[in-house]
Amino acid sequence: MEATSKPTVARQPLWYRVVYDKETRSVAIQVLTLALLFAFFFYIVRNAVINLETIGKGYSFKFLWEASNYDINQHLIDYDSRSPHWRATIVGIMNTLLVAITGVIVATIVGFVMGVLRLSHNWLINKVVYVYIEYVRNVPVLLHILMVHGVIVNTLPRPKNAISLEDTFFLTNRGFYTPKPLFEPAMWAVFIAFVIGIGFTIWFRHYAKKVQDATGKIYPVFWISLGAIIVVPILVYFVVGSPMTFEMAELTGFNFKGGMVLRPEYLALTLALALYTAAFIAEIVRAGIQAISHGQTEAAYALGIKPSRTMSLVIIPQALRVIIPPLSSQYLNLTKNSSLAIAIGYMDIVATIGGISLNQTGREMECMTIVLALYLAFSLMISAFMNWYNKKMKLVER
Amino acid sequence: MSSAIEEGKTYEPGTYPDLPPPASTVGIIGWVRENLLSSTANIVLTILAAYLIWVVVPPSLNWLFFNAVFEGASRDECRAVMNEAGVKGACWAFIGHRFELFVYGFYPEAERWRVNVSFFLMLAALVPILYDKTPQRGRMMIGSAIAPFVIGWLLIGGLGLEPVPTDKFGGIMLTLVIGVTGIVGSLPLGIALALGRASHLPALRMVCVVFIEFIRGVPLITLLFVASTMLNYFLPPGTTFDLLLRVLIMVTLFASAYLAEVVRGGLQAIPKGQQEAADSMGLKYWQSMRLIILPQALKISIPGIVNTFIGLYKDSTLVIIIGMFDPIGVGRASLADTKWQGLSTEVYVFVAIFFFISCIAMARYSLYLEKKLHTGH
Repeated sequence: MEATSKPTVARQPLWYRVVYDKETRSVAIQVLTLALLFAFFFYIVRNAVINLETIGKGYSFKFLWEASNYDINQHLIDYDSRSPHWRATIVGIMNTLLVAITGVIVATIVGFVMGVLRLSHNWLINKVVYVYIEYVRNVPVLLHILMVHGVIVNTLPRPKNAISLEDTFFLTNRGFYTPKPLFEPAMWAVFIAFVIGIGFTIWFRHYAKKVQDATGKIYPVFWISLGAIIVVPILVYFVVGSPMTFEMAELTGFNFKGGMVLRPEYLALTLALALYTAAFIAEIVRAGIQAISHGQTEAAYALGIKPSRTMSLVIIPQALRVIIPPLSSQYLNLTKNSSLAIAIGYMDIVATIGGISLNQTGREMECMTIVLALYLAFSLMISAFMNWYNKKMKLVER
Repeated sequence: MSSAIEEGKTYEPGTYPDLPPPASTVGIIGWVRENLLSSTANIVLTILAAYLIWVVVPPSLNWLFFNAVFEGASRDECRAVMNEAGVKGACWAFIGHRFELFVYGFYPEAERWRVNVSFFLMLAALVPILYDKTPQRGRMMIGSAIAPFVIGWLLIGGLGLEPVPTDKFGGIMLTLVIGVTGIVGSLPLGIALALGRASHLPALRMVCVVFIEFIRGVPLITLLFVASTMLNYFLPPGTTFDLLLRVLIMVTLFASAYLAEVVRGGLQAIPKGQQEAADSMGLKYWQSMRLIILPQALKISIPGIVNTFIGLYKDSTLVIIIGMFDPIGVGRASLADTKWQGLSTEVYVFVAIFFFISCIAMARYSLYLEKKLHTGH
């Protein structure tokens, strides 16, 4: 049938085949799409070239090596106003990553706790968490950021009347001051002990699993790991003679000097983003745990598995399978929402290269290209990592 | 109980009277014991929750209502009233004074009736869409389809009406303009992108994938910056382009990429047999999509679609960063007035309440729709 019908179609004129033959039509549609797309890009690029030439700007990234001429109050690497724009960009990237990473950690912890509380049989706590989640989810994140920032700046005391904890931690409207650890040379021994501890734990988990598979004997993996990673380095720390001192924050004049400071902008942004995202994570966790049928728990108990091991071996691995895909998109959202930093003056990527650098140099095209490329790279990296993790956790099917 | 147990009496098997359940397991006491005090951990949680409520709720209510001042001409008057009573509360007089600004933005006063008419037109247009028992729904729908154009004409002006530049738009009206345009525009675009991504034509699929992943990979605020700073470079020399229109386009594109992913999830959940059955009935691509696949796919993606809409609606607040005046922007602008300085909390709380109510309404409607369309068992 096929063999006889093809030649008859082929003999028809082209327009006839485009209308009536499925394959020819699909090729035609694709060629048309691509042609339109190329025409569109050619058109806008040509416009851009003409427009840039008229005002004599061109498209070059040379400005990145010029001095930035502006200060950034929170920089994790050395930076001052004579540093070049590329360094400002790196400071911005690090600030964005700092908010994203701490935000994700806080959001995950708070979100999981609230998700579990939402499933609690206690009516009161259940409703309290429910009301909180509904409130957070239905108010724009920008408003949350502005509100938390407002609370920190307006209601916390001035440095003079700081809320202090044992005169080591100070909470003021200029930020949260903590002692700054200063490392002496012998500290490397502690770090080495820590790294060895992690290595040992990885090996030991592997070994314990092998022993359990072969003999059924169960080692207390958690406690041994804890000992190797935390207790041993602490012991080493005291053995080599406590090679760490703290630089205290001290009130001099109108503000604190020394120590480490978490600035109000950073605190506000991280807290607001973490609490906002935590509300979404809580709902995801609740749905994930509810998706696991109660029969799984009962079956595990029937097999004589302890409740704690039932949770870690039966329920959580299955719930994670449901939780991870939406969780990863929440992590992505948090990272992207950190760009709202500009509303309260936290110097992230958008505020440095996409904000002040852009305004000072007038290089809109180049700056926005950098900003878009950076965010795309973050997103792709996070989704690649979460996809890898998801694949690892996935149910192995036929 | 008519037949109470008599002490000392022996009962024949089967004649023992029915007893009421113990008082501690029914009624309020039973409920409290069961839900609040069933174990030590439960008791701790109850105390914790009660403490939290005690710390948060009474002060908030005091601030919001009981200690609040609703009338006054300036912040100092509010302050004076509160100082007299020795309490702290909100100064809602400020919101009252600037209420029109919050609703209409800087829209010329003489022309505000047009915003009101548009608002009622919008509500009227929503009725047949949201409520399926509307009489004459088919005809009303035609009205709903025309309404956006009429509203656009009313708001912008021209053709006999005084033209109003779009930089006068602001407040809740701006939020609604951005939200509604985004929702109306992104739904068809999102469905088209999802179909493109699920298509068998590789070139079409690739274009859709790249577009969706690009938009989803960058924050909305950067796209708004692109719209406000560099979009003009890509247009033919000499053209200028309204900022609001640029923002609307970006918001629509942004929401459509997210919507496309939601609809794709719905499309993937439809068993392959449905498409094959449609093919074997001789339906063409668009027929099978319109009659078989999309009705089912859209139905199961309703929660996701509404969530995307709520997200889009909330994201409309970001326009303050590129200098437009949504409710937050309007509020901050009016705080510049020396009479009302320092009342930012009132602004934020007021705007938060506005968003909370409108978002909850959308979420509730989606729950209702889900229930109504749930035809399974």
